[in-house]
Amino acid sequence: MREISFETIRDTVAALAIEACCRMPEPVLAAMRKAREEEPSPTGRDVLAQLLKNADIAASETCPICQDTGLAVVFAEVGQEVHITGGLFEDAVNAGIAKGYTEGYLRKSSVEEPLFERRNTRDNTPAIIHTKLVAGDRIELRLAPKGAGSENKGGLRMLVPADGIEGVKRAVLDIVSHAGASPCPPMVIGVGIGGNMELACLCAKRACARDVDTHNPDPRYAKLEDELLELVNGLGIGPAGLGGGTTAFKVNVEFCATHIACLPVAVNINCNAARHAHAVI
Amino acid sequence: MQTHHLNTPLSKDDIRKLKIGDAAYISGTVYAARDAAHKRMMEALDAGEPLPADLAGQLIYYVGPAPAKPGQAIGSAGPTTAGRMDAYAPRLLELGLAGMIGKGNRSKAVMDSIRQNGCVYFAATGGAAALIARSIKKYTVLAWPELGPEAFAAMEVEDFPVIVVADCEGGDLYEEGRKQYAKG
Repeated sequence: MREISFETIRDTVAALAIEACCRMPEPVLAAMRKAREEEPSPTGRDVLAQLLKNADIAASETCPICQDTGLAVVFAEVGQEVHITGGLFEDAVNAGIAKGYTEGYLRKSSVEEPLFERRNTRDNTPAIIHTKLVAGDRIELRLAPKGAGSENKGGLRMLVPADGIEGVKRAVLDIVSHAGASPCPPMVIGVGIGGNMELACLCAKRACARDVDTHNPDPRYAKLEDELLELVNGLGIGPAGLGGGTTAFKVNVEFCATHIACLPVAVNINCNAARHAHAVI
Repeated sequence: MQTHHLNTPLSKDDIRKLKIGDAAYISGTVYAARDAAHKRMMEALDAGEPLPADLAGQLIYYVGPAPAKPGQAIGSAGPTTAGRMDAYAPRLLELGLAGMIGKGNRSKAVMDSIRQNGCVYFAATGGAAALIARSIKKYTVLAWPELGPEAFAAMEVEDFPVIVVADCEGGDLYEEGRKQYAKG
Protein backbone atom coordinates (compact mmCIF):
# COMPACT_ATOMS: atom_id res chain seq x y z
CA MET A 1 0.00 0.00 0.00
CA ARG A 2 1.20 3.50 -0.82
CA GLU A 3 0.43 6.09 1.83
CA ILE A 4 -0.95 9.50 0.84
CA SER A 5 -1.62 12.02 3.59
CA PHE A 6 -4.68 14.16 4.25
CA GLU A 7 -2.46 17.25 3.91
CA THR A 8 -1.14 16.22 0.47
CA ILE A 9 -4.68 15.80 -0.85
CA ARG A 10 -5.83 19.06 0.76
CA ASP A 11 -2.95 21.09 -0.66
CA THR A 12 -3.30 19.57 -4.13
CA VAL A 13 -7.01 20.41 -4.22
CA ALA A 14 -6.33 23.97 -2.98
CA ALA A 15 -3.80 24.54 -5.78
CA LEU A 16 -6.21 23.06 -8.35
CA ALA A 17 -8.99 25.43 -7.22
CA ILE A 18 -6.82 28.49 -7.83
CA GLU A 19 -5.47 27.16 -11.12
CA ALA A 20 -8.91 26.24 -12.47
CA CYS A 21 -10.47 29.59 -11.54
CA CYS A 22 -7.62 31.82 -12.73
CA ARG A 23 -6.11 30.09 -15.74
CA MET A 24 -8.16 29.34 -18.84
CA PRO A 25 -7.31 25.88 -20.23
CA GLU A 26 -4.90 26.16 -23.22
CA PRO A 27 -7.23 24.30 -25.65
CA VAL A 28 -10.02 26.79 -24.83
CA LEU A 29 -7.67 29.72 -25.46
CA ALA A 30 -6.72 28.21 -28.82
CA ALA A 31 -10.40 27.74 -29.74
CA MET A 32 -11.12 31.33 -28.72
CA ARG A 33 -8.27 32.74 -30.83
CA LYS A 34 -9.45 30.73 -33.83
CA ALA A 35 -13.05 31.90 -33.31
CA ARG A 36 -11.93 35.53 -33.21
CA GLU A 37 -10.43 35.07 -36.67
CA GLU A 38 -13.49 33.33 -38.10
CA GLU A 39 -16.45 34.99 -36.33
CA PRO A 40 -18.61 36.87 -38.89
CA SER A 41 -20.15 39.36 -36.41
CA PRO A 42 -18.04 42.46 -35.60
CA THR A 43 -19.65 42.69 -32.14
CA GLY A 44 -18.89 38.99 -31.69
CA ARG A 45 -15.23 39.57 -32.56
CA ASP A 46 -15.08 42.42 -30.01
CA VAL A 47 -16.54 40.14 -27.34
CA LEU A 48 -13.96 37.43 -28.12
CA ALA A 49 -11.15 40.01 -27.98
CA GLN A 50 -12.42 41.13 -24.54
CA LEU A 51 -12.51 37.54 -23.32
CA LEU A 52 -8.95 36.91 -24.52
CA LYS A 53 -7.73 40.08 -22.82
CA ASN A 54 -9.60 39.03 -19.68
CA ALA A 55 -7.95 35.59 -19.68
CA ASP A 56 -4.58 37.27 -20.00
CA ILE A 57 -5.24 39.59 -17.02
CA ALA A 58 -6.56 36.71 -14.91
CA ALA A 59 -3.55 34.50 -15.61
CA SER A 60 -0.93 37.21 -15.10
CA GLU A 61 -2.49 38.53 -11.86
CA THR A 62 -3.75 35.15 -10.59
CA CYS A 63 -7.26 36.54 -10.17
CA PRO A 64 -10.47 34.74 -11.15
CA ILE A 65 -11.44 34.70 -14.84
CA CYS A 66 -15.05 35.07 -13.70
CA GLN A 67 -16.39 36.27 -10.35
CA ASP A 68 -18.65 33.22 -10.20
CA THR A 69 -16.07 30.68 -9.14
CA GLY A 70 -18.88 28.21 -8.86
CA LEU A 71 -19.68 25.08 -6.95
CA ALA A 72 -16.55 22.92 -6.80
CA VAL A 73 -17.11 19.71 -8.73
CA VAL A 74 -14.38 17.12 -8.19
CA PHE A 75 -13.90 13.94 -10.21
CA ALA A 76 -11.58 11.65 -8.25
CA GLU A 77 -10.07 8.34 -9.32
CA VAL A 78 -8.58 6.67 -6.28
CA GLY A 79 -6.23 3.71 -6.72
CA GLN A 80 -7.19 0.67 -4.65
CA GLU A 81 -3.62 0.39 -3.41
CA VAL A 82 -3.67 3.82 -1.79
CA HIS A 83 -3.93 4.14 1.98
CA ILE A 84 -5.08 7.62 3.01
CA THR A 85 -3.60 8.70 6.34
CA GLY A 86 -4.60 11.41 8.80
CA GLY A 87 -8.29 11.69 7.93
CA LEU A 88 -11.08 10.89 5.51
CA PHE A 89 -10.67 11.42 1.75
CA GLU A 90 -13.77 13.62 1.38
CA ASP A 91 -12.77 15.75 4.38
CA ALA A 92 -9.35 16.30 2.77
CA VAL A 93 -10.97 17.40 -0.53
CA ASN A 94 -13.30 19.79 1.31
CA ALA A 95 -10.41 21.17 3.38
CA GLY A 96 -8.61 21.82 0.09
CA ILE A 97 -11.60 23.63 -1.39
CA ALA A 98 -11.92 25.83 1.73
CA LYS A 99 -8.18 26.60 1.65
CA GLY A 100 -8.03 27.33 -2.08
CA TYR A 101 -11.15 29.50 -2.16
CA THR A 102 -10.04 31.47 0.92
CA GLU A 103 -6.35 31.94 0.12
CA GLY A 104 -7.05 32.51 -3.59
CA TYR A 105 -9.66 35.27 -2.99
CA LEU A 106 -12.23 33.21 -4.89
CA ARG A 107 -15.93 33.87 -4.36
CA LYS A 108 -17.78 31.62 -1.94
CA SER A 109 -21.06 30.75 -3.64
CA SER A 110 -22.29 27.72 -1.70
CA VAL A 111 -25.41 27.88 0.50
CA GLU A 112 -25.97 25.14 3.06
CA GLU A 113 -29.66 24.50 2.31
CA PRO A 114 -31.61 25.43 -0.83
CA LEU A 115 -35.06 26.60 0.24
CA PHE A 116 -35.49 28.37 3.57
CA GLU A 117 -32.45 30.25 4.96
CA ARG A 118 -30.00 29.75 2.05
CA ARG A 119 -27.13 30.57 4.44
CA ASN A 120 -23.71 30.89 2.78
CA THR A 121 -21.23 28.31 4.11
CA ARG A 122 -18.49 30.96 3.72
CA ASP A 123 -15.76 28.61 2.47
CA ASN A 124 -17.42 27.23 -0.69
CA THR A 125 -17.78 23.75 0.78
CA PRO A 126 -19.19 21.21 0.41
CA ALA A 127 -17.59 20.16 -2.86
CA ILE A 128 -19.57 17.84 -5.12
CA ILE A 129 -17.32 14.80 -5.20
CA HIS A 130 -17.59 11.90 -7.66
CA THR A 131 -15.21 9.13 -6.58
CA LYS A 132 -14.29 6.06 -8.58
CA LEU A 133 -12.09 3.24 -7.31
CA VAL A 134 -9.50 2.22 -9.89
CA ALA A 135 -6.42 0.01 -10.15
CA GLY A 136 -3.04 1.31 -8.98
CA ASP A 137 -1.54 3.40 -6.21
CA ARG A 138 -2.28 6.93 -7.39
CA ILE A 139 -5.05 9.49 -6.91
CA GLU A 140 -6.14 11.43 -9.97
CA LEU A 141 -8.12 14.61 -9.37
CA ARG A 142 -10.02 16.73 -11.87
CA LEU A 143 -11.60 19.90 -10.51
CA ALA A 144 -14.27 21.59 -12.61
CA PRO A 145 -15.74 24.65 -10.86
CA LYS A 146 -19.14 25.46 -12.34
CA GLY A 147 -20.96 28.76 -12.18
CA ALA A 148 -24.73 29.11 -12.04
CA GLY A 149 -25.23 31.07 -15.27
CA SER A 150 -24.40 27.97 -17.24
CA GLU A 151 -25.43 25.28 -14.74
CA ASN A 152 -28.99 26.67 -14.52
CA LYS A 153 -29.44 26.20 -18.27
CA GLY A 154 -28.79 22.47 -18.50
CA GLY A 155 -31.54 19.94 -19.04
CA LEU A 156 -32.56 16.32 -19.18
CA ARG A 157 -34.92 14.63 -21.64
CA MET A 158 -36.09 11.08 -21.05
CA LEU A 159 -36.43 10.06 -24.70
CA VAL A 160 -37.45 6.61 -25.94
CA PRO A 161 -35.49 4.45 -28.42
CA ALA A 162 -37.84 5.39 -31.30
CA ASP A 163 -36.71 9.04 -30.96
CA GLY A 164 -33.27 7.96 -32.23
CA ILE A 165 -30.46 10.22 -33.39
CA GLU A 166 -32.86 12.89 -34.65
CA GLY A 167 -34.57 12.98 -31.26
CA VAL A 168 -31.21 13.46 -29.55
CA LYS A 169 -30.34 16.32 -31.90
CA ARG A 170 -33.71 18.02 -31.31
CA ALA A 171 -33.29 17.72 -27.53
CA VAL A 172 -29.81 19.27 -27.58
CA LEU A 173 -30.88 22.11 -29.89
CA ASP A 174 -33.97 22.82 -27.81
CA ILE A 175 -32.01 23.07 -24.55
CA VAL A 176 -29.21 25.22 -26.07
CA SER A 177 -31.72 27.45 -27.86
CA HIS A 178 -33.57 28.17 -24.61
CA ALA A 179 -30.28 28.80 -22.81
CA GLY A 180 -29.60 31.74 -25.17
CA ALA A 181 -27.19 34.34 -23.84
CA SER A 182 -27.28 33.33 -20.16
CA PRO A 183 -24.52 30.67 -20.06
CA CYS A 184 -21.96 33.17 -21.47
CA PRO A 185 -21.46 31.80 -24.98
CA PRO A 186 -19.38 30.63 -26.80
CA MET A 187 -20.31 27.58 -24.75
CA VAL A 188 -18.76 24.16 -24.31
CA ILE A 189 -21.64 21.70 -24.35
CA GLY A 190 -21.52 18.34 -22.57
CA VAL A 191 -24.03 15.74 -23.75
CA GLY A 192 -24.61 12.50 -21.86
CA ILE A 193 -26.56 9.80 -23.68
CA GLY A 194 -27.76 6.55 -22.15
CA GLY A 195 -27.64 5.12 -18.63
CA ASN A 196 -30.57 6.13 -16.48
CA MET A 197 -31.68 9.53 -15.21
CA GLU A 198 -28.75 10.23 -12.87
CA LEU A 199 -26.07 8.53 -14.97
CA ALA A 200 -26.98 10.52 -18.11
CA CYS A 201 -26.53 13.73 -16.07
CA LEU A 202 -23.17 12.56 -14.72
CA CYS A 203 -22.03 11.65 -18.24
CA ALA A 204 -22.99 15.12 -19.45
CA LYS A 205 -20.97 16.72 -16.66
CA ARG A 206 -17.95 14.54 -17.45
CA ALA A 207 -18.33 15.51 -21.11
CA CYS A 208 -18.26 19.22 -20.38
CA ALA A 209 -15.12 18.82 -18.25
CA ARG A 210 -13.32 17.14 -21.17
CA ASP A 211 -10.87 19.24 -23.21
CA VAL A 212 -12.25 20.97 -26.31
CA ASP A 213 -9.50 19.57 -28.55
CA THR A 214 -10.62 15.96 -27.98
CA HIS A 215 -13.25 13.77 -29.62
CA ASN A 216 -15.15 10.75 -28.35
CA PRO A 217 -12.99 7.69 -29.19
CA ASP A 218 -15.98 6.00 -30.87
CA PRO A 219 -16.05 7.43 -34.43
CA ARG A 220 -19.88 7.37 -34.58
CA TYR A 221 -20.13 9.55 -31.48
CA ALA A 222 -17.21 11.72 -32.66
CA LYS A 223 -19.17 12.42 -35.86
CA LEU A 224 -22.26 13.22 -33.79
CA GLU A 225 -20.18 15.75 -31.82
CA ASP A 226 -19.28 17.58 -35.05
CA GLU A 227 -22.84 17.44 -36.41
CA LEU A 228 -24.23 18.82 -33.15
CA LEU A 229 -21.64 21.63 -33.15
CA GLU A 230 -22.66 22.69 -36.64
CA LEU A 231 -26.36 22.67 -35.71
CA VAL A 232 -25.75 24.61 -32.50
CA ASN A 233 -23.67 27.23 -34.31
CA GLY A 234 -26.51 27.60 -36.81
CA LEU A 235 -28.74 28.94 -34.00
CA GLY A 236 -27.04 32.34 -34.40
CA ILE A 237 -26.76 33.00 -30.63
CA GLY A 238 -23.10 34.00 -31.02
CA PRO A 239 -20.51 35.36 -28.56
CA ALA A 240 -22.22 36.79 -25.44
CA GLY A 241 -25.54 35.97 -27.13
CA LEU A 242 -25.40 39.16 -29.22
CA GLY A 243 -25.66 37.28 -32.51
CA GLY A 244 -22.97 35.47 -34.48
CA GLY A 245 -21.58 32.24 -35.79
CA THR A 246 -19.74 31.03 -32.69
CA THR A 247 -22.39 29.83 -30.24
CA ALA A 248 -20.21 26.94 -29.02
CA PHE A 249 -16.54 25.99 -29.27
CA LYS A 250 -17.24 22.29 -28.94
CA VAL A 251 -19.93 19.70 -28.22
CA ASN A 252 -18.54 16.76 -26.24
CA VAL A 253 -20.62 13.57 -26.14
CA GLU A 254 -20.24 10.72 -23.64
CA PHE A 255 -22.42 7.63 -23.67
CA CYS A 256 -23.07 4.59 -21.53
CA ALA A 257 -25.13 1.39 -21.52
CA THR A 258 -28.85 1.82 -21.05
CA HIS A 259 -32.15 -0.05 -20.65
CA ILE A 260 -33.90 -1.61 -23.67
CA ALA A 261 -36.69 0.97 -23.27
CA CYS A 262 -34.60 4.06 -22.41
CA LEU A 263 -32.83 6.86 -24.29
CA PRO A 264 -32.03 9.53 -21.72
CA VAL A 265 -30.23 12.64 -23.00
CA ALA A 266 -28.67 15.12 -20.58
CA VAL A 267 -27.15 18.43 -21.64
CA ASN A 268 -24.77 20.26 -19.33
CA ILE A 269 -23.66 23.63 -20.66
CA ASN A 270 -20.33 25.15 -19.72
CA CYS A 271 -19.46 28.83 -20.14
CA ASN A 272 -16.75 30.13 -22.47
CA ALA A 273 -14.00 29.58 -19.88
CA ALA A 274 -14.81 25.83 -19.59
CA ARG A 275 -12.77 25.79 -16.37
CA HIS A 276 -11.06 22.66 -15.19
CA ALA A 277 -7.71 21.62 -13.80
CA HIS A 278 -6.12 18.23 -13.32
CA ALA A 279 -3.50 16.66 -11.04
CA VAL A 280 -2.12 13.21 -10.22
CA ILE A 281 -0.80 12.39 -6.76
CA MET B 1 -23.70 51.65 -34.26
CA GLN B 2 -22.51 54.55 -32.12
CA THR B 3 -20.27 54.84 -29.10
CA HIS B 4 -21.51 56.88 -26.11
CA HIS B 5 -19.76 58.21 -23.03
CA LEU B 6 -22.32 58.44 -20.23
CA ASN B 7 -22.28 59.87 -16.71
CA THR B 8 -24.76 58.73 -14.08
CA PRO B 9 -27.46 59.66 -13.22
CA LEU B 10 -28.82 59.36 -16.76
CA SER B 11 -31.34 61.83 -18.16
CA LYS B 12 -34.27 60.81 -20.35
CA ASP B 13 -32.41 62.59 -23.14
CA ASP B 14 -29.32 60.39 -22.60
CA ILE B 15 -31.47 57.27 -22.77
CA ARG B 16 -33.35 58.30 -25.92
CA LYS B 17 -30.05 58.46 -27.84
CA LEU B 18 -29.18 54.83 -27.05
CA LYS B 19 -29.96 52.22 -29.71
CA ILE B 20 -29.43 48.48 -29.58
CA GLY B 21 -25.93 47.50 -30.67
CA ASP B 22 -24.41 50.81 -29.50
CA ALA B 23 -21.36 50.64 -27.25
CA ALA B 24 -21.29 52.79 -24.12
CA TYR B 25 -18.71 53.67 -21.47
CA ILE B 26 -20.28 54.57 -18.14
CA SER B 27 -18.72 56.76 -15.45
CA GLY B 28 -20.03 57.79 -12.03
CA THR B 29 -21.95 55.82 -9.39
CA VAL B 30 -23.54 52.49 -10.30
CA TYR B 31 -25.35 50.38 -7.70
CA ALA B 32 -24.58 46.68 -7.27
CA ALA B 33 -27.45 44.36 -6.37
CA ARG B 34 -28.53 40.85 -7.31
CA ASP B 35 -30.97 38.17 -6.10
CA ALA B 36 -30.93 38.53 -2.32
CA ALA B 37 -30.57 42.35 -2.31
CA HIS B 38 -33.55 42.63 -4.68
CA LYS B 39 -35.65 40.48 -2.35
CA ARG B 40 -34.68 42.79 0.53
CA MET B 41 -35.52 45.90 -1.54
CA MET B 42 -39.00 44.51 -2.26
CA GLU B 43 -39.50 43.78 1.45
CA ALA B 44 -38.43 47.36 2.29
CA LEU B 45 -40.89 48.80 -0.26
CA ASP B 46 -43.69 46.55 1.06
CA ALA B 47 -42.99 47.80 4.58
CA GLY B 48 -42.94 51.44 3.42
CA GLU B 49 -39.24 51.77 4.29
CA PRO B 50 -36.66 53.66 2.18
CA LEU B 51 -34.31 51.86 -0.19
CA PRO B 52 -30.56 51.95 0.60
CA ALA B 53 -30.10 54.64 -2.11
CA ASP B 54 -32.15 57.01 -4.26
CA LEU B 55 -32.41 55.11 -7.56
CA ALA B 56 -33.84 57.96 -9.69
CA GLY B 57 -31.93 58.06 -12.98
CA GLN B 58 -29.48 55.45 -11.71
CA LEU B 59 -28.29 52.07 -12.95
CA ILE B 60 -28.24 48.77 -11.08
CA TYR B 61 -25.46 46.36 -12.00
CA TYR B 62 -26.35 42.72 -11.42
CA VAL B 63 -23.11 41.52 -9.87
CA GLY B 64 -21.74 39.51 -6.97
CA PRO B 65 -18.01 40.30 -7.02
CA ALA B 66 -15.14 38.07 -5.98
CA PRO B 67 -13.34 39.26 -2.85
CA ALA B 68 -10.75 42.01 -3.33
CA LYS B 69 -7.12 41.12 -2.82
CA PRO B 70 -5.13 43.52 -0.59
CA GLY B 71 -4.72 46.77 -2.52
CA GLN B 72 -7.57 46.09 -4.94
CA ALA B 73 -10.86 48.07 -4.97
CA ILE B 74 -12.79 44.94 -5.92
CA GLY B 75 -12.18 41.39 -7.11
CA SER B 76 -13.33 40.08 -10.49
CA ALA B 77 -16.79 41.52 -11.13
CA GLY B 78 -18.59 40.40 -14.30
CA PRO B 79 -22.36 40.46 -14.84
CA THR B 80 -24.68 37.78 -13.55
CA THR B 81 -27.79 36.43 -15.35
CA ALA B 82 -30.36 39.24 -15.40
CA GLY B 83 -33.38 36.99 -15.91
CA ARG B 84 -33.32 36.02 -12.23
CA MET B 85 -34.19 39.63 -11.37
CA ASP B 86 -37.12 39.80 -13.83
CA ALA B 87 -39.64 39.42 -11.01
CA TYR B 88 -38.33 42.59 -9.33
CA ALA B 89 -37.17 44.87 -12.16
CA PRO B 90 -40.49 46.44 -13.34
CA ARG B 91 -41.28 47.77 -9.84
CA LEU B 92 -37.88 49.52 -9.66
CA LEU B 93 -38.17 50.91 -13.21
CA GLU B 94 -41.56 52.39 -12.28
CA LEU B 95 -39.91 54.08 -9.30
CA GLY B 96 -37.48 55.88 -11.60
CA LEU B 97 -34.54 53.49 -12.02
CA ALA B 98 -32.98 54.36 -15.41
CA GLY B 99 -31.82 50.88 -16.27
CA MET B 100 -29.83 47.78 -15.54
CA ILE B 101 -26.52 46.18 -16.48
CA GLY B 102 -26.41 42.40 -16.67
CA LYS B 103 -26.38 39.56 -19.17
CA GLY B 104 -29.01 37.48 -20.90
CA ASN B 105 -32.56 37.77 -22.12
CA ARG B 106 -35.32 39.47 -20.11
CA SER B 107 -38.98 38.51 -19.74
CA LYS B 108 -41.69 40.19 -21.78
CA ALA B 109 -42.86 42.02 -18.64
CA VAL B 110 -39.41 43.57 -18.18
CA MET B 111 -39.06 44.44 -21.88
CA ASP B 112 -42.50 46.13 -21.77
CA SER B 113 -41.55 48.03 -18.63
CA ILE B 114 -38.28 49.22 -20.21
CA ARG B 115 -40.23 50.63 -23.16
CA GLN B 116 -43.12 52.10 -21.14
CA ASN B 117 -40.85 53.81 -18.61
CA GLY B 118 -38.24 54.97 -21.13
CA CYS B 119 -35.39 52.91 -19.68
CA VAL B 120 -32.41 50.92 -20.96
CA TYR B 121 -30.82 47.51 -20.42
CA PHE B 122 -27.09 47.16 -21.01
CA ALA B 123 -25.06 43.96 -21.32
CA ALA B 124 -21.58 43.70 -19.90
CA THR B 125 -19.57 40.81 -21.34
CA GLY B 126 -20.24 37.67 -19.31
CA GLY B 127 -16.95 36.15 -18.29
CA ALA B 128 -14.85 39.30 -18.76
CA ALA B 129 -14.82 39.79 -14.98
CA ALA B 130 -11.14 40.60 -14.42
CA LEU B 131 -11.17 43.12 -17.27
CA ILE B 132 -14.38 44.80 -16.06
CA ALA B 133 -13.02 45.06 -12.49
CA ARG B 134 -10.36 47.46 -13.78
CA SER B 135 -13.05 50.06 -14.51
CA ILE B 136 -14.44 49.85 -10.93
CA LYS B 137 -12.50 52.27 -8.74
CA LYS B 138 -14.39 51.99 -5.46
CA TYR B 139 -16.83 49.52 -3.93
CA THR B 140 -18.78 50.53 -0.80
CA VAL B 141 -21.38 48.29 0.83
CA LEU B 142 -24.42 50.42 1.69
CA ALA B 143 -26.78 47.77 3.08
CA TRP B 144 -27.11 44.13 4.11
CA PRO B 145 -23.38 43.28 4.54
CA GLU B 146 -24.40 39.87 5.89
CA LEU B 147 -25.29 38.92 2.30
CA GLY B 148 -21.57 38.86 1.44
CA PRO B 149 -21.14 39.12 -2.35
CA GLU B 150 -24.90 39.76 -2.62
CA ALA B 151 -24.85 42.93 -0.45
CA PHE B 152 -26.23 46.22 -1.84
CA ALA B 153 -23.24 48.39 -2.77
CA ALA B 154 -22.29 51.63 -4.50
CA MET B 155 -19.55 51.36 -7.12
CA GLU B 156 -17.59 54.28 -8.53
CA VAL B 157 -16.84 53.40 -12.16
CA GLU B 158 -14.80 54.96 -14.96
CA ASP B 159 -15.47 54.02 -18.57
CA PHE B 160 -17.28 50.84 -17.62
CA PRO B 161 -17.78 49.02 -20.99
CA VAL B 162 -21.29 47.93 -21.98
CA ILE B 163 -23.46 47.31 -25.04
CA VAL B 164 -27.09 48.45 -25.38
CA VAL B 165 -29.21 45.28 -25.61
CA ALA B 166 -32.68 46.75 -24.95
CA ASP B 167 -33.54 50.35 -25.79
CA CYS B 168 -36.51 52.58 -24.91
CA GLU B 169 -38.14 51.93 -28.28
CA GLY B 170 -38.49 48.22 -27.62
CA GLY B 171 -35.39 47.06 -29.51
CA ASP B 172 -33.94 43.72 -28.36
CA LEU B 173 -30.40 42.93 -29.53
CA TYR B 174 -30.55 39.35 -28.23
CA GLU B 175 -33.45 38.70 -30.59
CA GLU B 176 -32.24 40.81 -33.53
CA GLY B 177 -28.62 39.62 -33.37
CA ARG B 178 -29.65 36.01 -33.27
CA LYS B 179 -32.08 36.42 -36.17
CA GLN B 180 -29.36 38.02 -38.27
CA TYR B 181 -26.95 35.08 -37.89
CA ALA B 182 -29.32 32.10 -37.61
CA LYS B 183 -29.17 29.53 -40.42
CA GLY B 184 -32.21 27.77 -41.80
